[in-house]
Amino acid sequence: MAKHEHKLEIFRGYLKFKSNVQKIWGVLIFLSIVTAIEVALGILKPPILMNYFLGLKLINWIFIILTIVKAYYITWDFMHVRDEKPFLKNTIILPLLILIPFLLFILLWEGSYIFDVMLDGLKEWDFDIY
Amino acid sequence: MQASTLTKTKQKTWGGGGVKPLDAAYGKLMMWFFIVSDALTFSGFLVAYGFSRFKNIDSWPIADEVFHHFPFLHGVNAPMYYVALMTFILIFSSVTMVLAVDAGHNNDKNRVAFYMLLTIIGGAVFVGSQAWEWKNFIKGEYGAVEIQNGEILQFYDIKKDKRIPIDEFAILQSQERITHDDNVGIWYQSEVQLPEINLDEVMTGFNNDLNLTVRLEKLDETGHKIILSREEAEIKLSSATRVVKGANLIRNEYGNPLFADFFFFITGFHGFHVFSGVVINIIIFINVLLGTYERRGHYDMVEKVGLYWHFVDLVWVFVFTFFYLV
Repeated sequence: MAKHEHKLEIFRGYLKFKSNVQKIWGVLIFLSIVTAIEVALGILKPPILMNYFLGLKLINWIFIILTIVKAYYITWDFMHVRDEKPFLKNTIILPLLILIPFLLFILLWEGSYIFDVMLDGLKEWDFDIY
Repeated sequence: MQASTLTKTKQKTWGGGGVKPLDAAYGKLMMWFFIVSDALTFSGFLVAYGFSRFKNIDSWPIADEVFHHFPFLHGVNAPMYYVALMTFILIFSSVTMVLAVDAGHNNDKNRVAFYMLLTIIGGAVFVGSQAWEWKNFIKGEYGAVEIQNGEILQFYDIKKDKRIPIDEFAILQSQERITHDDNVGIWYQSEVQLPEINLDEVMTGFNNDLNLTVRLEKLDETGHKIILSREEAEIKLSSATRVVKGANLIRNEYGNPLFADFFFFITGFHGFHVFSGVVINIIIFINVLLGTYERRGHYDMVEKVGLYWHFVDLVWVFVFTFFYLV
């Protein structure tokens, strides 16, 4: 079927594949490497990455960025978003790209605010023997 | 009448009538819209988890301490390896799915069936692994004590410098158990299940061994749980109310009850997605074997369930990051 044409390059054309099957295996290898890096970092926990940056540990920023990288390649290559029309791409991606960070921002902000209130706002939360 | 134009469409579809907006089949487009809404549902759950975690940022359980089991390696501390394996299984089943879609584009019935079968097996292995993970989580390992204000205290051996399970130091006492009948006591109270080790036995064991102390839920600046001195531990334990072993929706031995609640809810909701994905895959697999799509001339249905399956994989990537890594 001629209509199923696939774009056979990833990393902005840096890596080109001969067939779609080959590209699938290539993406699998890439995703496995990313997962292996995540697991290795999670087990080793290098002390340098334990410093805080914008409210999160550096290591957690790395985990989140690697997760988004993985999500990108799963949607773009496994779910064939790369081959869709630009309008369909935007229909799928834009609502998520706008709504999720918005939700994330307001709720995490609120969560850390409540943490501060619980910590300093009142005299005593713990009606224990202390 | 314009009806004559409708009869000219080559294939009978129940929606869209052969019109393809955005160059995508009707079913595929609808599957995408479902995925977008489901993605928002999952992000709602994960963000709620993040909210609760930020609210209790100084006392959240440490995932590496909770999930450290590996099949056939009993007692070996292997954090992350098992979930990493599960992640890999799911990514691999995603690959076999996309290979099935690719074979479908070439109308290669046997290869579609073969890859669909591999995908189903991968999904089933994943759901089974998830069940095993739940079993370990529910059963618990060390046990802990809850005190009056709801805090969870875990036991720690100063001499060995590691956590100690309650069944290792508790001194078991024989005790008489009286059945609670309806005619004695208060009518609305029913017989409750007793823990394997009760509070008295744990407390006797604790008082007997002076090397023992407790570990709080609270974290210090370096992200480790605070370990109290023996004297502080004795004061804390004087208000102990019950022994906690394992996890349920009300309390768990790992710390904050919300941790277990979100774990059960989010991995359960995801596991349900995987399970329904496996069921749908089996239906499509049978249809492939029966030759339904070969007669239809295209394997679009395989592509649609493929989209759903990849989405399930995608969600797991995020659950893995936020429950086990971060």
